Amino acid sequence: MKANFVKVAIGAGLLAATALAAPTAASAKTLVYCSEGSPEGFNPSLYTAGTTFDASSRQIYNRLVQFKRGTTTIVPGLATSWDVSADGQEYTFNLRKGVKFHTTDLFTPTRDFNADDVIFTFMRQFDKNHPYHGVSGGSYEYFNAMSMPDLIKDIVKVDDYTVKFVLNRPEAPFIANMAMDFASVLSAEYADKMMEAGTPEQVDLEPVGTGPFQRIQYQKDAVIRYKAFPEYWEGKAAIDNLIFAITPDSTVRYQKLKAGECHVMPYPNPADLTEMDADASINLMSQEGLNVGYLGYNTQKEPFTNPKVRKALNMAINKDAIIEGVYQGAGAAAKNPIPPTIWSYNNDTVDDPYDPEAAKAMLAEAGFPEGFKTDIWAMPVQRPYNPNARRMAELIQADWAKIGVDAEIVSYEWGEYLERTKKGEQGTFMLGWTGDNGDPDNFLAVLLGCDAVGGSNRAQWCNEEFDKLIQQAKTTSDVLERTRLYEEAQLVFKREAPWATIAHSIVFEPIRNEVVDYKIDPFGGHIFYGVDIKE
Amino acid sequence: MLGFLFRRLGDIIPTFFGVTLLVFFLIRLIPGDPILMMAGERGVDAARYAELQAQYGFDQPIIVQYFDYLMGVFQGDLGKSFVTKKPVIEEFLTLFPATVELSIMGILFAVILGVPLGVLAAIHRGKWIDHLTMSVSLTGYSMPIFWWALLLIMFFSTTLGWTPVSGRLSVLYYIQPTTGFMLIDTLISDEKGAFISALRHMILPTVALGTIPMAVIARMTRSSMLEVLGEEYIRVARAKGLAPIRVIMVHALRNALIPVITVIGLQVGVLLAGAILTETIFSWPGIGKWIIEAMNRRDYPTIQGGILMIAFLVMGVNLIVDLLYGIVNPRIRHKR
Repeated sequence: MKANFVKVAIGAGLLAATALAAPTAASAKTLVYCSEGSPEGFNPSLYTAGTTFDASSRQIYNRLVQFKRGTTTIVPGLATSWDVSADGQEYTFNLRKGVKFHTTDLFTPTRDFNADDVIFTFMRQFDKNHPYHGVSGGSYEYFNAMSMPDLIKDIVKVDDYTVKFVLNRPEAPFIANMAMDFASVLSAEYADKMMEAGTPEQVDLEPVGTGPFQRIQYQKDAVIRYKAFPEYWEGKAAIDNLIFAITPDSTVRYQKLKAGECHVMPYPNPADLTEMDADASINLMSQEGLNVGYLGYNTQKEPFTNPKVRKALNMAINKDAIIEGVYQGAGAAAKNPIPPTIWSYNNDTVDDPYDPEAAKAMLAEAGFPEGFKTDIWAMPVQRPYNPNARRMAELIQADWAKIGVDAEIVSYEWGEYLERTKKGEQGTFMLGWTGDNGDPDNFLAVLLGCDAVGGSNRAQWCNEEFDKLIQQAKTTSDVLERTRLYEEAQLVFKREAPWATIAHSIVFEPIRNEVVDYKIDPFGGHIFYGVDIKE
Repeated sequence: MLGFLFRRLGDIIPTFFGVTLLVFFLIRLIPGDPILMMAGERGVDAARYAELQAQYGFDQPIIVQYFDYLMGVFQGDLGKSFVTKKPVIEEFLTLFPATVELSIMGILFAVILGVPLGVLAAIHRGKWIDHLTMSVSLTGYSMPIFWWALLLIMFFSTTLGWTPVSGRLSVLYYIQPTTGFMLIDTLISDEKGAFISALRHMILPTVALGTIPMAVIARMTRSSMLEVLGEEYIRVARAKGLAPIRVIMVHALRNALIPVITVIGLQVGVLLAGAILTETIFSWPGIGKWIIEAMNRRDYPTIQGGILMIAFLVMGVNLIVDLLYGIVNPRIRHKR
């Protein structure tokens, strides 16, 4: 009897394991994206992680202005056009008519998108007395990080389809900020309804947007389901269903891609790249990332106050060896402080050549024929712009030893590291930056401007000539003029050498061959509107 | 029996305080300020920093923070996650069934395979079957879970295509969770084929998670069986002319199982630790993965709440194991 039972059980198990094929997809087009983690939530203004933006702003919502897919160029979104006043302090947006919000179990919109939604979206973040300001923790980190509270003076509804932003000072990058994820427009009508029902936080958990996809289900750490929004103002998406299969391990993501369980995966393991490239069913896309990894000098500390010393150390660094050994090929040598995917990148900049002999001579010229002692601070975390800071520090340490500079490698816990470098305790340090809005100001002013000394300008570098150029570029909205100013600023930067620019990471995105029209987003996002699947 | 139960329950109270104290202070000893972690390269200005500190209650003395936390726990409030801003208890309850389901399958796999293997090895002591079982179980015991799991995926999922790579269910099925147990949810849903899909997704994680406990149980059963088989009463039973199968199954195994049950109880802790790795590799939406992520982000309320709940669970299981002893062997029951 018992033996029989065991036989039956084994038989059933084998049947289940082998005989049953995977379910076949229905005729609807479904794209599966193996995402790397769960979003923090579904209201992009409350968070800063790319994973959250992929799941929310990039599929569900729209902004007044948007980035053209695959570029950092700004194009109309929910605003059809915008005017900037002569003094550069007033931005008037003309809103698009006939834009519909999603209908969900909780909410059926009774009107189209209008100025009230824009006012709600920004006032919630801007006005501390707004009834929604404190909902869901009420921290708007990106809005704050982009200095919006200082920048904005007022937001005015001119009429149902016109909204005016009044600024405290002219600030050309403002328009790029409006294309950022935190500026995604939410429905004011939905917010009112949820407030009435006593459940305002639902607005952030059960998203209602105007975007190409509507979220229909979310199971934490497992799956997010979307369906194409048929009434989307730019036209329905080519795919019918979009599924995020949450898969945190990069090796497992690759196995799933190979097995056909997903179509697109982010963040491949560098060790798998060669195999991916050779796989006929996979198209390995790549592009330079919107970031820069650098080694900064504390320009207010001896001997780094002398540009010659900085220049000499730059020339002693063997960048090719670093790209080979640290980035494992997933990096491109950097010569400017901004990546080439950003407009105004100066192609004419000449990088410091790798020349230990010349470096030694220049160091002697600067008064250090015997070299000196210093430190190299290595970040304790991994970033695309610097996948292994420790290793990089060791390579640079060896390079510098050749010209007589004896550097000790120092590291701290991440929070501590950031605090101490801000205060300027380091001699030299490693860090990097990933762009937020594709505007050169977001790199040059944030990391190298005089205002940012003691903050994100960790090289503590304040150069009058450079600062004048970037301040001037802020006050004009003429892109050609701004380009000219930034190009010049990059030359000043190179001449003064507050950093050794090391590399821009290369972003790899393996996708299956049947996926067409997928584009790598320079901001590191994953956008599925405009993507199709071949039958 | 009832007195015994109360005594054991009494032991749980100091353990509970110990766990809250340990977890609360230990995670604060790990370097890393959650606010600075969150801000990253972008940084946060002093005013905003102070504001956030007040919001999370970090401006209070640590003792006050601890008592606030404790008071919350007594009222069933484990706080809200810094990251998702959702109540910790709510997140725990959504994710917990996935871990329980996986653990139950893992332990079933371990017991169903481990006990018979151990018995078999004991009966055929010194023969090839004994050597084979023991070397297999030693290998199983020594294999790091993540490595073993990846091997399983590469062989069965990618090369042979028999099992899915990861997840709990094919993404093509749309199941609303009712119980949170995927096997049950798919069984009661009207999506055809969903149950089979859930079952297929279960196979590799179960094997990966159950392998170490299986190896331990097999080895324990073998040595315990060998000991019992040498006892006088076994010889008597054999001499009486009882069928060998009856001697082994009824007389020997029942007594040999006592230490094995202890081991099974202890394996629950091992299983939960293993679940953390297994869940990460198989993208299994359980509490293991959830706690790991919370640690990386220094999400204090989630770490505290998650560990406290797990501690409770392990205490509960150990209590049940103690009570089970009594049923298997009445002599152990309620002796002081």
